[in-house]
Amino acid sequence: MLQFLLRRLGMVIPTFIGVSLFTFALIYLIPGDPITIMGGERGFGPEQRAELEAMLGLDKPIWQQYFIYLGNVLQGDLGTSYVTRQPVMSEFMSLFPATIELTVCAAIFAVITGLTLGILAAIKRGGLLDHTVMTISLTGYSMPIFWWALLLILLFSVNLGWTPVSGRLDVMFWVDEVTGFMLIDTLLSDEDGAFISALSHLVLPSIVLGTIPMAVIARMTRSSMLEVLGEDYIRTARAKGLSKRRIIVKHALRNALIPVITVMGLQVGLLLSGAILTETIFAWPGIGKWLIESIGRRDYPVVQGGLLLIATIIILVNLLVDLMYGVVNPRVRHSK
Amino acid sequence: MTMTSETQTTVRVPQTPFAEFWSYFIQNRGALIGLCFIVFIVFLAVFADFVAPHHPHEQFRDFILVPPAWAEGGNAQFWLGTDGVGRDILSRLIHGARLSLLIGLVIVSVSLVLGICLGLVAGFFGGFVDVAIMRFADILLSMPALLLAIAIVAILGPSIVNSGLALSLVYLPHYVRLTRASVLTEINKDYVISSRVAGAGALRLMFIVILPNCLAPLIVQATLGFSNAILDMAALGFLGLGAQPPLPEWGSMLATAREFIQSAWWVVTFPGLIILMTVLAFNLMGDGLRDALDPKLKQ
Repeated sequence: MLQFLLRRLGMVIPTFIGVSLFTFALIYLIPGDPITIMGGERGFGPEQRAELEAMLGLDKPIWQQYFIYLGNVLQGDLGTSYVTRQPVMSEFMSLFPATIELTVCAAIFAVITGLTLGILAAIKRGGLLDHTVMTISLTGYSMPIFWWALLLILLFSVNLGWTPVSGRLDVMFWVDEVTGFMLIDTLLSDEDGAFISALSHLVLPSIVLGTIPMAVIARMTRSSMLEVLGEDYIRTARAKGLSKRRIIVKHALRNALIPVITVMGLQVGLLLSGAILTETIFAWPGIGKWLIESIGRRDYPVVQGGLLLIATIIILVNLLVDLMYGVVNPRVRHSK
Repeated sequence: MTMTSETQTTVRVPQTPFAEFWSYFIQNRGALIGLCFIVFIVFLAVFADFVAPHHPHEQFRDFILVPPAWAEGGNAQFWLGTDGVGRDILSRLIHGARLSLLIGLVIVSVSLVLGICLGLVAGFFGGFVDVAIMRFADILLSMPALLLAIAIVAILGPSIVNSGLALSLVYLPHYVRLTRASVLTEINKDYVISSRVAGAGALRLMFIVILPNCLAPLIVQATLGFSNAILDMAALGFLGLGAQPPLPEWGSMLATAREFIQSAWWVVTFPGLIILMTVLAFNLMGDGLRDALDPKLKQ
């Protein structure tokens, strides 16, 4: 196990270095140098420029600059936003809970609906239900989620008035920020109805963000269940006279879940990049919207830092999924 | 090397590879529907200038936000209605098909060709070259496609060419990995060794001997890549990072339609519907191709 862990960690480090090289290079690849961009329209005189260059370390050789950058990153220093003059790291930390809340709710939606649909389709193979599930899954997989979001807003917010159009909480509530997670914060506060408001703001964005992973999970669960249901031990269980329910839950589902878990892990990256679109549409104050707005404002330290942080999170989650998979399935950790 | 027997027996003449593939392919109803829709959309794209009732940029100032022809207040001149500045939506969608398919074709071709070359080199030469190329591919793969494309567009600046470039780079690793994996299974087979012994050079071995035998998974991946390219291109357009107005790109049409969501449902509905249908068609066809081309999955 230890050897497996070390080997997997050894693969993460070069990837992280590659990603950091990429984000480091970003600032040099953009047209115009950082100081001109910082100066904006007024610009700097030659003396000020030299002073700033020395202050920012831009007069050093480029490889040295990279190591300084890497050192700063490892200490959690990702620079300062050109626009707000706040450290990128603290801005990220204050917005990240909103994104986590959204992605976790989307993941819960995707897993519950995806698993249910997949299992039902596998049990009723070839029937109407199976065809319906496969159609939903294929459509969901091909869905432009930004359009899907607009359609749902059109139906549920504009026409039916069931859910709010955007944001995280109704303006009539004022909730102290304790954890940054609106669902928890509204529960802790004594405002009546705030929790319901927060929940209703979450419904549409979670469905939108969860649609593609739901489709993938439903498809994977179905095919994995079908494979397992054809195994000898299922026939044995049937021959023993076990109830259908017991066979499906105890014997088939457990084994069918192993590949499904891997697929779920792979969805994390998709969820985080999908969050960029979802947050932009629902005006959800998370890192996705922050990143897109920073690109528009040419706030490069934020773009650089935000990308590095998101990529790092995805690398770490993938690592975690691999390790968990190794724990669940011994064959993986002993291979090669 | 044809297999037709000269003796007049009752042995059935074996099908040509294409006929065999086709007979599998048309059994799959979904794939056939996908193919028909793609043919239809390609027809619209090619003959957009003749098919579209109006010019995509022409603004009819007296007909702003006209509903579709069948709805109340509709005008038979504008089947799918007009947008916020009085442009015919149907004409814009048809010209948008040209733009989306063309950019999809460019993205898939660039990443396919580069991916095949890198994958062949990695698989054929091995060693340090292999490690370097695959590490590079792994790093690209560790970031979600859309995020990476956004990062690259952030550097290059928002435009349809830059987002196309970014997406080509983003899809590259899939083709590299696929080609390399196929090369590794082929390279030690007898026919490759025999041509090597016969004195074939590296280039000939790579492109003429090995490559044709690696094509099946690449064709499938390229078809599915088309759907990804169209979807991600539309997403970038929607975020304002891809095609810029007034280009009739589907994603950027949706972005400008957002403000009319409360008043004019048709401006929002149709561009998304056509994206969904096109992407769905390519996915259906890709699945059908995979089943027909990959004997291992044939049941």
